[in-house]
Amino acid sequence: MKKMNNLTHFSYSKFIWTQFKKNKLAYYSLYLIFFLIILAVLAPIISNDKPIIMKYKNKLYFPVFKEYPEFVGVNFKNFTKNNKEIWAVFPPIKYSPTEYDLASILIPPCKKHLLGTDDSGRDILARIIYGTRISLSVGFIATGISLLIGILIGALAGYYGGKIDIILSRFIEIIICFPTLILILGVLAIMKQSIFTIMIIIGIFGWTGIARLVRAEFLKLKNQEFVIAAKALGLSDIRIIFNHILPNALTPVLVSATFEVAGAILLESTLSFLGLGVPPPTPSWGSILMQAHDYVDFAWWLIIFPGLSIFLTVTAYNLVGEALRDAIDPRLRT
Amino acid sequence: MKNILLEIKNLSVSFFTDYGEIKAVRNLNLTIKKGETVGIVGESGCGKTITALSILNLVPAPGKILQGEIKFENKNLLSLNNEKLREIRGKKISIIFQDPMASLNPVLKIGEQLSEVFVFHTELKKDKIKEKVLKLLKNVKIPNPEIVYNSYPHQLSGGMQQRVMIAMALALNPKILIADEPTTSLDVTIESEILKLLYSLKKKYNLSILFITHNMALLSQIADRIYVMYAGEIVEEAKKEELFKKPLHPYTKALLEAIPGYKNNYKKLNYIPGEIPNNINILPGCTFYPRCKFGKKICYEKDIEIFEKSKNHFVRCVL
Repeated sequence: MKKMNNLTHFSYSKFIWTQFKKNKLAYYSLYLIFFLIILAVLAPIISNDKPIIMKYKNKLYFPVFKEYPEFVGVNFKNFTKNNKEIWAVFPPIKYSPTEYDLASILIPPCKKHLLGTDDSGRDILARIIYGTRISLSVGFIATGISLLIGILIGALAGYYGGKIDIILSRFIEIIICFPTLILILGVLAIMKQSIFTIMIIIGIFGWTGIARLVRAEFLKLKNQEFVIAAKALGLSDIRIIFNHILPNALTPVLVSATFEVAGAILLESTLSFLGLGVPPPTPSWGSILMQAHDYVDFAWWLIIFPGLSIFLTVTAYNLVGEALRDAIDPRLRT
Repeated sequence: MKNILLEIKNLSVSFFTDYGEIKAVRNLNLTIKKGETVGIVGESGCGKTITALSILNLVPAPGKILQGEIKFENKNLLSLNNEKLREIRGKKISIIFQDPMASLNPVLKIGEQLSEVFVFHTELKKDKIKEKVLKLLKNVKIPNPEIVYNSYPHQLSGGMQQRVMIAMALALNPKILIADEPTTSLDVTIESEILKLLYSLKKKYNLSILFITHNMALLSQIADRIYVMYAGEIVEEAKKEELFKKPLHPYTKALLEAIPGYKNNYKKLNYIPGEIPNNINILPGCTFYPRCKFGKKICYEKDIEIFEKSKNHFVRCVL
């Protein structure tokens, strides 16, 4: 029995993983995505104008993590520079994304500002690092909202069929008919601009693809014997939909969700570029590009770096999605 | 007739397809008594499975139950709403299917699938449920229930999977177990093990079993009473011994002659020429007439009713 267990331990997820690893480009893309996630989570200690740890008058302070009433309005950099008694450790990049420095406007990449500065003297590298937070959170939360709506509507349409399917499918088609960008611009014009509005709006208009996919999976799976067997055991529809059919339909949905994340990131950048995205001074890759628009003839660093960030991130997600799709496709297995 | 548990009266099921109405089951009558094993036998496509599925009102679209009554505990199962039907399904009547691999959810562990029955139908606590599930697995003679509990269906052999299905079906001590070709996808040695298991469980819980198969030899081992089905109709009904000793319908005879070893037919096995009708355009008279060796003019002149030819032996044949 033990031997048998060893042999059969090769599970489905492991199989997909081995298959996935064969695609080197996607494998490294996955690393890039993990790197971006770490960057987003650790942004405040990677790039900040406050020290991570500071010793002042024999007392330890952690200004990055906590606001101290005795240091309100204090510029830590000047504060620590001339004071030999203070011991402080700064993050590797000594700038916060919103820190103005009007003495160093539009500086090209140099030792002090690795990726240059913008028209308010803000460090581009810091802004790009903080931009990953916006991009990833918009990508994931918008996709999460899309998944929620898409799975629900797709599952109901596919499982019940008949009139419910006809009504829901037509509803999906109506939503598809709208040009999404124009619709979002219209909605944003009347709503308050904030990062949450952006997430919700991108999520609300992006679920149609997932809904159609889930519907198709449910149509295929609902007549499988294990579903009839579950019905014969007297389980309720809700249990059958969510416990029995949905886990089987999830793999293709996951692939679709990966592309959806890429799409959401791109859409957020587009909206920010058009000035309708995340309100300033919150840093977003799209809004840095928008600034570049005014200095396009010489400030190449304002264009290249945020553009590259968007390009690499979106490409990484798409490559991962594609590799995942190939990995779960039994016809492509070797 | 007091101990009748389930009674099917005048059941008709049709499938509405693009090619026309397929009358899968026509005016079927069937009874199951307490503790009895009833066999339904017939070729593929003669309506056995549909009969079984209609008992729990599970006929898949585009199928429709047109008429009939299925009486169980003074209720007509066909007129119950979904809510009430759920109380019967799994709890009072359960069903096991032909292909255990397809009937188990591939992404759920065995333990999770078995627990689900208890989670939904009872209000037991989690650790109690696990205890019960392990006991169930032991009950169907699965070695190492702990390992199986944490396995996925594809990690088990066909016989093991079918044992799990049986465990699941018997989880809530139902009164009737419908076994729809439970051993067709298994090989012969495991087949006999599963049969033995079913037999011992039947004795233990005083189960009634509706055993559906196309294998006459199998029924000779397990059934008490046998219904022979052809083209959606019952063509013969008798006690097992009676049927094997004195088959009356030519179809039953032909099926028996197709068993290796029956009446020393080792040299040449009999087969039934032709195919079963598609049940769209049903000709008047005996449905088996086109394939019958003994066919006469009287066979296709008028519809033939089933009648009691000798005591408790019913047949739909005028010859």
